[in-house]
Amino acid sequence: MAAKPKIAFFDFAGCEGDQLQVANLEEKLLDILEHVEVVSFREVHTGHSDNYDIAFVEGSITRPQDEARLKEIRANAKVLVALGACATIGGVNCIKNFLGRDVYSENVYGTRARWYPTYEARPLKAVVKVDVEIHGCPIDRGEFARIVKEMLLGRVPWLPDYPVCVECKKAGNVCRYHLGRMCLGIITRAGCNACCVTEGAQCWGCRGLAPSANLDAAREVMDQHGFDRKHVQDLMRFFLGDTSAPL
Amino acid sequence: MAKTQKVKQESKAAPVPGGPKRVNVHHLTRVEGHGNIVAEIDESGKVTSCRWEVPEAPRFFEAMVLGKSFEDIHHITSRICGICSIGHQLASLQATEDALGVQVSEQTLILRKLALHAENLQSHLLHIGYLALPDFVGAPSVIPLAATHRKELLTLIGARRVANDFSAQICGRTTHPQRFVPGGMAKVPTAPELAKLRQSLEETRPKLDAVVDLLAAVLDKVPAFARPTEYVALISPTEYALYWGQVGSSKAQPRPAQLYLNVTKEYLIPTSTAKWCRGAEDTYMVGALARFNVNSQMLSPRAKEAARKLKLKAPCHNPYMITIAQMVECVHSVDDSISLIDKLLTRGVRDEPRPQIKPVAGKGVGAVEVPRGILFHAYEYDDRGRVVHADCVIPTNQNHANIQRDMEALTPGLAKLSEADIELKLSMLVRAYDPCISCSTHLIDVAGERPGPFVTFVRV
Repeated sequence: MAAKPKIAFFDFAGCEGDQLQVANLEEKLLDILEHVEVVSFREVHTGHSDNYDIAFVEGSITRPQDEARLKEIRANAKVLVALGACATIGGVNCIKNFLGRDVYSENVYGTRARWYPTYEARPLKAVVKVDVEIHGCPIDRGEFARIVKEMLLGRVPWLPDYPVCVECKKAGNVCRYHLGRMCLGIITRAGCNACCVTEGAQCWGCRGLAPSANLDAAREVMDQHGFDRKHVQDLMRFFLGDTSAPL
Repeated sequence: MAKTQKVKQESKAAPVPGGPKRVNVHHLTRVEGHGNIVAEIDESGKVTSCRWEVPEAPRFFEAMVLGKSFEDIHHITSRICGICSIGHQLASLQATEDALGVQVSEQTLILRKLALHAENLQSHLLHIGYLALPDFVGAPSVIPLAATHRKELLTLIGARRVANDFSAQICGRTTHPQRFVPGGMAKVPTAPELAKLRQSLEETRPKLDAVVDLLAAVLDKVPAFARPTEYVALISPTEYALYWGQVGSSKAQPRPAQLYLNVTKEYLIPTSTAKWCRGAEDTYMVGALARFNVNSQMLSPRAKEAARKLKLKAPCHNPYMITIAQMVECVHSVDDSISLIDKLLTRGVRDEPRPQIKPVAGKGVGAVEVPRGILFHAYEYDDRGRVVHADCVIPTNQNHANIQRDMEALTPGLAKLSEADIELKLSMLVRAYDPCISCSTHLIDVAGERPGPFVTFVRV
């Protein structure tokens, strides 16, 4: 990669929380900016160029016209990075996929629903090849900085392949199941230091399934603790709607 | 561009300064989400077209929450916006608690107020420093300021980092909080943590003073323009209302949040597919300047002093001054946060049990002030505590029509300027509103003929 690679940010359907996390790097961002050239970052920067090496793309693909734009970005970029849960796994946008297009469209737009082309939300990799994924809803800014550093050094960024439970134990949390609550830490890719559980919630699965996830065992745990299917389904469809994990 | 040149060549009319002009800003930069500005001025200097458009992808949140449990809704709606995720959670929780008849403790109340201050502070500083300031110093973005205005930038960044730490300390995270639950908090900060936070807020005061001075020095870059409109904001007899209160207005009697549909009356105009909001008379403004205009007497003494330094006086009818009002609010937020923390520390922070809530069927409305203005969430639950109807009215949507009216009033006076200057003035106007379009995607929403049971429209 060039000495000072050109980077660009793009967004599709999403809350732009991941780009916010990049802005939230605060002083660290200034250090990163010494090693890259930002050519396109609509959220904070006026001006645009199609000449970039790395494209950071946030958001899910939810409309036919978004596909063309994403393919163009893919063609321009040497490396395409999916930024955050909407881009990596479809994220919360996929909740609507279980409603049926007519239902969600008409619920919002009534009789004029046909004016607004939309289809089921999907992650970037359903449309183009994605080189690097930065997981989370939102992304962890520390992890973003690390992965960017690794990319600039020409390394393949490392991602944990074990579940959140590992980090949750290290954080010293009481297991949510022992508190009578559902939690997806048992099957979700680690890397967040179990931040949601540590702050009083449970794991929602925003970093996607861990490659080593044992879904059969997860189902057993959920059954043993007496969670009904609707409860399991709600949580599995919060972020993991696109995974079709049999839970 | 080619089209513009063609028009220029064909023009046979008497020459006027600059001839016909066309401004077409496709995807306005330094705002959240996608918005376009189109303005055309003919040879005689007449404005033939002047539009604010939003081509953002719709996300269907109001449909997404259908059938979901009251325990999860605020985590889903938080994802409506990465910038105002705290405000969305709190409006959502208020609506749920209103529907289920749940009351929160005083400690929870104070912590939620602190959370709103934290969000206001981080969002306002982002807008003032990263998005608006480049216009005042003639830069395309905040990035070159690292070389030209490093000291000022580091001051801003330092203040913003404190604001983000503040959010994390109260909510568990800076974005998409994890500590809030219906009826209370799943985890509360400890007294030493709060004391430390108080200390860092104290230390931020001189930083904010420096930013106030910085803005005071570039006040001449704020375009002179005024268009009186209606200003709508929460009001409270005891404080500069952010977390709760009645819906106040510069032109109408205060109303309870439950009547929000009467406040955010929507209508269609024949020449546009955009659904606009109508206030007491016409369009209205929400956000920092609206709050300032309605509530300025409730500001802290330091914030009042900042307003004096920044020549901001209520009522101020210049929308470009929204950025300045945000700065005044930053000062107030730090002051009020310190006194709220003192209150907590005096009464003692304690772990309160996670509330056990029995679902009942019901309807509820929540209203909070988020950085960009008043935000309403309204839900109807069935007896299992699952959402039957949902409605969210986002501040930027309430401002769209007002932005359009401002553009209509402003553009004729710009006719003599160059296309680049017109583009800058119009872009700065829209940016001043700090629109958050990624969440308010339904500007070009023409639904409205449907008879609604409880929720007559749904827009996120």
